[in-house]
Amino acid sequence: MLSLGVNSPIPNTLVPLILNPSRPKTRLFSSVSLRKLRVKASSAEVAFKEEEKYSNEGVSPTRGLSEELPPGLSREAMPKHVAVIMDGNARWARQRGLPSSEGHQAGVQSLRELIELCCKWGIKVLTVFAFSYDNWVRPKVEVDFLMSLEGIRISVIGDSSKLPTNLQKLIRDAEEATKENSNFQLIVAVSYSGKYDIIQACKGIAQKVKEGVVELDDIDETLVEQELETNCTDHPYPDLLIRTSGELRVSNFLLWQLAYTEFFFVQPLWPDFGKDEFVDALTAFQKRQRRYGGRDS
Amino acid sequence: MGPLPNHIAFIMDGNRRYAKKLNLIDGAGHKVGFLAVTSMLKFCYELGVRNVTIYAFSIDNFKRSPEEVQSLMELMQEKIEGLIKDESIVNCYGVRVYFVGNLKLLSEPVRLAAERAMLATAKNSKAVLSICVAYTSTNEIVNAVEESVEEKIEHHESEPLIKLVDIEKHMYMAVAPDPDIIIRTSGEARLSNFLLWQSAFCYLYSPSVLWPEIGLRHFLWAILNFQRHHSYLNKKGEQLQHLLQDGF
Repeated sequence: MLSLGVNSPIPNTLVPLILNPSRPKTRLFSSVSLRKLRVKASSAEVAFKEEEKYSNEGVSPTRGLSEELPPGLSREAMPKHVAVIMDGNARWARQRGLPSSEGHQAGVQSLRELIELCCKWGIKVLTVFAFSYDNWVRPKVEVDFLMSLEGIRISVIGDSSKLPTNLQKLIRDAEEATKENSNFQLIVAVSYSGKYDIIQACKGIAQKVKEGVVELDDIDETLVEQELETNCTDHPYPDLLIRTSGELRVSNFLLWQLAYTEFFFVQPLWPDFGKDEFVDALTAFQKRQRRYGGRDS
Repeated sequence: MGPLPNHIAFIMDGNRRYAKKLNLIDGAGHKVGFLAVTSMLKFCYELGVRNVTIYAFSIDNFKRSPEEVQSLMELMQEKIEGLIKDESIVNCYGVRVYFVGNLKLLSEPVRLAAERAMLATAKNSKAVLSICVAYTSTNEIVNAVEESVEEKIEHHESEPLIKLVDIEKHMYMAVAPDPDIIIRTSGEARLSNFLLWQSAFCYLYSPSVLWPEIGLRHFLWAILNFQRHHSYLNKKGEQLQHLLQDGF
């Protein structure tokens, strides 16, 4: 029986293997048919102990680890910017008869592991899309965890004005405190709409034209790019987009920015998306030939 | 029978790979690809799908060798002129044709042929075919922004406030509703700067078949999967609509 390696008085919940119902496979779907057994602690206490482990041992996923890449992956061909639509938390919880907060907590676990892997494998930017801010069940704990990672820069895009004011302040403080960090950037899309991002960029441009800062003739793609909310990063265009739980659509996530992004849609629900699934996605990405409309080489 | 898509869009990828596979001469792949276009259009209009859009030529494709660009332009001109003939598919099905994109970038003869075709089919009203040429989505959006800003300035509005409706009405693709399905052949799973704005909630289908080999079974599979995912979209679409409405 697997354990978290932590002494806990609360029994661990063993999550059974759930094999994919048979669906015709296209190249889009993950080829993983076996999933490792994962132990999910159903109690907040156990998760808290895990955080203590991080802070007590001073372990930082971002600190200079050049972990060996899994076989078949090359460091040079790593995507610089990975975007993820973290879909499936609620369904995962329902399948187990658990409250949805458990699903979101399991989802946070997946995200932490993904951040760790991205840091280790040289991915510079990770943008994540949560459908609603319900996903942040214990926001302060999560933000504290993120802040404990060395060299990580946190940015938030989307409409945070609807969030509780204390959470808004938490976010602003975290962004301010980490803005000089340059090892790795995590962009969290909260109440984000790709269409609205483009509209607000246009509004900004219209304002600049009105003020005479910009001529009508100067309006081009570069100008729009500079006004989009992803102007918080040097790499605004994701190379790879992963969406979990089998939905084949973008759902108004980044729109402009996904112009040339490789899509990778996978069946597993977000809490079940782990290292194996991520390696599959990266392997498929590295195999793909990116032509940007030009000729095959 | 489940709901039918109102609008299907195609990214017709795989012509050159097909030509290589069959050892055809350069340019032959595109000719065979055109036959696939005709058969797909027939399936769509027979089933009652009112709007079809095809990504015929991207602004990015101008980067290809001059010979290939030239041969593509010639093929397009030939096929556009074929569209106007009485026995053409667009007249059989009452299809109104639009050429969508930055048409100024096209060579003169092609642009004129396109304009003639749009005029000739303007009275058709049973269905719509949008042919994207010299098109990219980012170019379309920039053009929409320019026109919106210009319109606000012309009307001397004190606050040139751009809204969703302004952008949408200046999009080249304002002639059709948003697509329900985007089909990209040859297993590539990316949009390549096609309908980025309009595909926000659209179902993306990426069969591995090469474009010239696409057939009825792929078409039906896309429709079935669209129907399977349709109820999901209705639920999620409502949630996301709130996000959209609040911002504008």
